[in-house]
Amino acid sequence: MLSRIAESLFWIGRYVERADNTARLLDVHLNVLLEDPWVDEPSANGSLLSVMNCEFEAPVSRRDVLATLAFDAERSSSIAWTLGAARENARRAREVISTEVWESLNTTRNQLPRWTASARPHEYFVWVRERAAVVWGLHSATTSRDDAWHFMELGRSLERADMIARLLMTRHFEGTTGPNWTTLLRSCSAHEAYLRTVRALVTEERAAEFLLVDRLFPRSIAYNLQKAEDTLGLIEGASNSRALSDRARLALGRARTNLEYRDVRDVLDDLPGQMREVQSACGAASDLIRDRYFLPASTVLWSQEAL
Amino acid sequence: MDLEGRVRDPYRRVYHEIDRMSGEDLYSRAEALASTYLAQGVTFDHAGEERPFPLDIVPRVVGSEEWDIISPGVAQRVRTLEAFLADVYGSQHCVNDGIVPRRLIATSQYFYREAAGIDPANGVRVHVSGIDLVRDQHGIWRVLEDNVRVPSGVSYVLSNRRAMSQMFPDMFGAMGVRPVLEYSQRLRAALTRCAPGDIDDPTIVVLTPGVFNSAYYEHSLLARTMGVELVEGRDLETHNGRVYMRTTAGRRRVDVIYRRVDDDYLDPVAFRPDSALGAPGIVHAARLGNVTIANAVGNGVADDKLIYTYMPDLTRYYLGEEPILPNVDTWRLEETEAREEVMDRLAELVVKPVDGAGGKGVLIGPKASREELDKVRKQILEDPRGWIGQPVIQLSTVPTLTDDGLEPRHVDLRPFAINDGDDVWVLPGGLTRVALARGQLIVNSSQGGGSKDTWVLGGERQRGRVTPPPESRVELSGIGAVPQAAHPDDIEHGQQQQQQQQQQGEPKQGEPTC
Repeated sequence: MLSRIAESLFWIGRYVERADNTARLLDVHLNVLLEDPWVDEPSANGSLLSVMNCEFEAPVSRRDVLATLAFDAERSSSIAWTLGAARENARRAREVISTEVWESLNTTRNQLPRWTASARPHEYFVWVRERAAVVWGLHSATTSRDDAWHFMELGRSLERADMIARLLMTRHFEGTTGPNWTTLLRSCSAHEAYLRTVRALVTEERAAEFLLVDRLFPRSIAYNLQKAEDTLGLIEGASNSRALSDRARLALGRARTNLEYRDVRDVLDDLPGQMREVQSACGAASDLIRDRYFLPASTVLWSQEAL
Repeated sequence: MDLEGRVRDPYRRVYHEIDRMSGEDLYSRAEALASTYLAQGVTFDHAGEERPFPLDIVPRVVGSEEWDIISPGVAQRVRTLEAFLADVYGSQHCVNDGIVPRRLIATSQYFYREAAGIDPANGVRVHVSGIDLVRDQHGIWRVLEDNVRVPSGVSYVLSNRRAMSQMFPDMFGAMGVRPVLEYSQRLRAALTRCAPGDIDDPTIVVLTPGVFNSAYYEHSLLARTMGVELVEGRDLETHNGRVYMRTTAGRRRVDVIYRRVDDDYLDPVAFRPDSALGAPGIVHAARLGNVTIANAVGNGVADDKLIYTYMPDLTRYYLGEEPILPNVDTWRLEETEAREEVMDRLAELVVKPVDGAGGKGVLIGPKASREELDKVRKQILEDPRGWIGQPVIQLSTVPTLTDDGLEPRHVDLRPFAINDGDDVWVLPGGLTRVALARGQLIVNSSQGGGSKDTWVLGGERQRGRVTPPPESRVELSGIGAVPQAAHPDDIEHGQQQQQQQQQQGEPKQGEPTC
């Protein structure tokens, strides 16, 4: 697989997953604003933007949040931009991805202008999640499990771990009590799975444990970190130069075990800090993967002979 | 249509079919075509905006007796070009024998000394060519232009056909349209055969300038349908005269580069040093015989519009054959007499810059204003080598769906030919370009032209007559069909339960219920 193509695939995975999770996160946020009678909306909005690493000027209105994170295709934080970028990467990797995946990404991008801030945001979020599901479904049904698959899955699992960590940070927003754990579970499509697994009412520790370290549920942080680690081991030639890919696995493994082997109460007491750790581990792994697979081993420089 | 305005024979059936459709039906089908193209990403960049590639809903039909002239004619043309290029970059017999003036070759801006001494592995320089043809008012097919550098447009032939066959499935079967889809396999086979040395399974790549190139769709389609990698210049590295591509598993040797980058940008070491599109050192690697570049470097000298005027002579010289497809009459404006005549009749002729492409700089005398004429007159006098003159050709017209219904529009045809070293294969079909404005004679898509699917008839020979070999026949008698399984609960058990529920009033223990 060409390095340039691999990089595009990795980012398609990240972008589609990011669009999906941003939609979930915004949905939760708007829900909280509606349900919490004592909410201090501008500071809650501000916290959300800072969790998503966006610059903002206080006070932040709901409109600003929606523009920044959902509709404004000019801003790289928005769902609209992300889906557009996924499509551009797919165009670059057009001959490697299947026609079905390409057309689903292309149609998604073409339909984007229909959704403006005047639409009901919830419907937009449902649409985004549906489109992401279509892409993943077609991807899974039409892609050989070779490096093309691995790189996309790698991007996807890294991004998912990172986004769930961001979602959990919303528990500690200023100006609001934050979403309750049932809402968080629902937004991760985890509520039913939780009830079946834990067979108990939603308590803070149990719910947090489920979203942090459940080994079987595909939207827990540890599951996705583990999956990224495993995928790194499957990529062709991973065993050749061990150092860099192993350092990526190291970063991911450390973040995962840190959650797994720590008392859940400890994690909850320092939730923002712990979640920040997860995010920076994902970021570090992403950089290491780039250095290992996407950049040339040695840059060939040539210069014109000076006369 | 012919001169008297009658519909020509091959078209009759198509029009019969189209006549049956109401106007609205036509427009809605045309819209459906455009929207499938948008979804598939069959687009081209127009002023920074992506538009669906314009495909007209009425096909261009070429009868099989016409194709029997075009196909050998194009093949002959390609063989001539091939011989000419081998000669020009070799011993230049054609110059020594006085067929082509030396000055003409030496002054061609596409004659690259760098290309001399690169011997193509199987003697092929023109792996892919597009020969532009027009049908004049007398029904004679003439060559308008040769394209042997990086001819583009074949992807539209392939995707137009796919879109049209989905739109008019019934017409295809009935008319016996010859298929075009084997193009990619043919190209791959030709590229495999031109690999250097005795490599059995060479690594082939398609080299594209990148996603921002207007023909990117074509590059990715060819790479995809041939099953090879699509690379950009930055994916390639040259080490010790060998070309490699950078992959996630390290470097991988490349044997054949089907390049879609112009000569000038191909290799910053050999050509433009500021090119970021090419790969440094690949021309050197080709000279060492470690990689084949297709089409070969320096082919531009053969499709120069002035060399074009010598093509009929060259066909006789190299092949000893009479040209099957004539040229359009052309005046070389360097020659004093010709120049004087053209200057006198500028207002009724077409003049073209010899190195122009895409219809740029073409002046059509009868439509030009006085200022335009004067400006071009001055340009010609300054640089007579740079221009040719031709009579205005009434290109044939084909009905085309416009805002005012079906109207005649001018068309040309670009058949594509693949040379694998033994044989020149001409794709039955080709890109029909259509000028979308009324009376407009320039058909290039960069000038607002559209396209049509081109149907070459005479494909029915293969239909019906071919009996499949016995082993491929589906035998239903004798071998029992294997049942399709289903969840047992859904079939038998479900019935049982239903019955049990119905019979609950009168339970019969120990007895099977069905």
